[in-house]
Amino acid sequence: MFEGYSLAELGSIFAMQGFAGLILFSVFVLMALGLAIIFGQMGVINMAHGEFMILGAYVTYLCSNFISSTVPALFPAYFFIAMILAFFASGALGMLVEWGMIRFLYRRPLDTLLATWGLSLILQQVFRSVFGAREVGVVLPDWLMGSVAVTDTIEVPINGLFVMALTIAITVVIYAVMFRSRWGQGVRAVMQNRTMAGAVGINTEKVDRYTFGLGCGIAGVAGSAFTMVGSTGPTSGQLYIVDTFLVVVFGGAQSLIGTIASAFTISQAQSTMEFFLSGSTAKVLTLLTVVVILMLRPQGLFVLKVRR
Amino acid sequence: MSSDKFDAGKPVGGLPSPLRRKLLLGMAALPAVGLLPRGALAQALPTDAVNTTKLAVTDSTVKVGILHSTTGTMAISETGSVQAEKLAIAQINEMGGVLGRKIEVIQEDGASDWPTFAEKARKLLVEDKVAAVFGCWTSASRKAVLPVFEQYNGMLYYPTFYEGLEQSKNVIYTGQEATQQILAGLDWVTKEKGAKSFFLIGSDYIWPRTSNKIARKHIEMKGQKVVGEEYFPLGHTQFNSVINKIKLTKPDVIYASVVGGSNVAFYKQMKAAGIDLNKQVLMTISVTEDEMLGIGGENIAGAYACMKYFQSLQNPNNEKFVAAFKAMWGANSVIGDVTQAGYLGPWLWKLTVEKAKSFDIDKIAVASEGIEFSGAPEGYVRVHGNHHLWSKTRVGRARPDGQFDVVYETADLIEPNPFPKGYQ
Repeated sequence: MFEGYSLAELGSIFAMQGFAGLILFSVFVLMALGLAIIFGQMGVINMAHGEFMILGAYVTYLCSNFISSTVPALFPAYFFIAMILAFFASGALGMLVEWGMIRFLYRRPLDTLLATWGLSLILQQVFRSVFGAREVGVVLPDWLMGSVAVTDTIEVPINGLFVMALTIAITVVIYAVMFRSRWGQGVRAVMQNRTMAGAVGINTEKVDRYTFGLGCGIAGVAGSAFTMVGSTGPTSGQLYIVDTFLVVVFGGAQSLIGTIASAFTISQAQSTMEFFLSGSTAKVLTLLTVVVILMLRPQGLFVLKVRR
Repeated sequence: MSSDKFDAGKPVGGLPSPLRRKLLLGMAALPAVGLLPRGALAQALPTDAVNTTKLAVTDSTVKVGILHSTTGTMAISETGSVQAEKLAIAQINEMGGVLGRKIEVIQEDGASDWPTFAEKARKLLVEDKVAAVFGCWTSASRKAVLPVFEQYNGMLYYPTFYEGLEQSKNVIYTGQEATQQILAGLDWVTKEKGAKSFFLIGSDYIWPRTSNKIARKHIEMKGQKVVGEEYFPLGHTQFNSVINKIKLTKPDVIYASVVGGSNVAFYKQMKAAGIDLNKQVLMTISVTEDEMLGIGGENIAGAYACMKYFQSLQNPNNEKFVAAFKAMWGANSVIGDVTQAGYLGPWLWKLTVEKAKSFDIDKIAVASEGIEFSGAPEGYVRVHGNHHLWSKTRVGRARPDGQFDVVYETADLIEPNPFPKGYQ
């Protein structure tokens, strides 16, 4: 499979593919971080995760339309405003859903699967009624569309860099919130032993609501970022949900580090194989590898040491 | 009766509503039958004579089915077809209907699910006894309903360009089959752009694979080279790897049959990776004005699309059609290739019924050969004995505003050839 390429070409192929893999990695991490919090920490199987992303994407679309028609001077910077709005829109909807539905279903993961699956269908229909069945085009500011030429063959897309930077920023913030703040300590305490946490005076209901909202909010930001690389339509969220669960489960559901490690493994494997094999074959091989590893190691790549 | 006389005339009867005026505004044409007082024709041709097989035809009405997905993943594409078919039916009714009978529509939702399509087709044919069905979009849905139409002897007008390798007495294919769409476009790009090497990229299912097989054979027969051929699962959103491969192999032409939402990712990522479609020739057979809405014109401007119809086509038929479509479905609606092919269905059926002087399916299947529709927005079409259309092939160049400039069209109608030698 290497025949026909010179050594120099192979060098740049691996460099380019490595970078393509890094972009894919960032996309996976963005998709999976929110779900890792909701599924990994709270044990809720959220099938509507993709729809929370698409809500973020639609918010971005509305924002771009609104700003380009009212204050065009702000347009180059609209993306940052859109991401913040997307976070709060998806987060607020998430909290509403937690209050109206999820809180009655804790400790019944299979029921959360059904309920959120229904929710995803309802949200799709709402998107279809409001925005129409067709995909909408989200216009990006020009500065996000170019690329940086490193060598003759290696060109780095700016929006890829942007997604990577965003991923790093969000990961750092999540890490700080979950592992370095009192609030995060409270979250982890509630998730590990709800009764005990309640007994020491933590308001567990409030923690649940904000945690779910945080997970959904991150999904909204991810959706906002994906308007740069993907489509925005009522059913686009479905495209992401399988990959997202794949990343989270493969990494070990309860470990945020595991999510990142698994996103890295899957993206690099897929990106490299895609170059030398065909796109569909690469996908099949990736899935096969994941299945085999999960058979040998059902708990995923990383697992927290907890007393059972 | 002759179908060539599409002079505009005054309609008779009907409700003087704003909708009616809107319809008239862009009505493609009014054949002579529209000038007769409504009902005169129906009396001249009694129901017993024009309907010997117990279809849902009365002295004043005839029922037809529309079978498309209005929910599920295909709703995005099929909505346009439904709109075009309803427009054509409204226009035909406005002119007095078919053989003096008003068309009544029974619409069913295939819900993007192939068994559902088969079930609804059965319902339309067995319970509703419709005289014709306009519907289906994906090849999978057509394959699912085909045995139903053959078993219960129904007539389906199918609007999508498709891979060919099929022919049925019970189906009229109003879109192009693969050879019609592909060969002329490849010849054009070879001649105009001096193309010698091609990179084929598509979604992974039957239509792109068959189309690329035909394209590859044609390319290699002329001594040109295919430097890459890649397929990605439906809905795939990461094309960075294949874009790298395209950069490395430097093909003269990227030949794309990526479908649906994947297109958005594909073109946005190409642009971000520094591939300028004004310099790199790209020809697509799957991006219409509908997909352009999602992709964003600025991301695909400069690309060439090869199909039989573009909204910007300049001829009197099309100008009326576009105006009528927008009057009925909103000023922001766009019309793609398949939408126009959907519009042809009810008109071809009407002309065939009037030629056969009968609603009987068997008579229509035979009478279809040679039916000509000069009011077609794409210009002019003719039905071949193999139930496909003779049609022109055109190349359009994508503009930033989401429309295409037509840069080339074949001089003559191309004969449909659903079973090309050596491609099966």
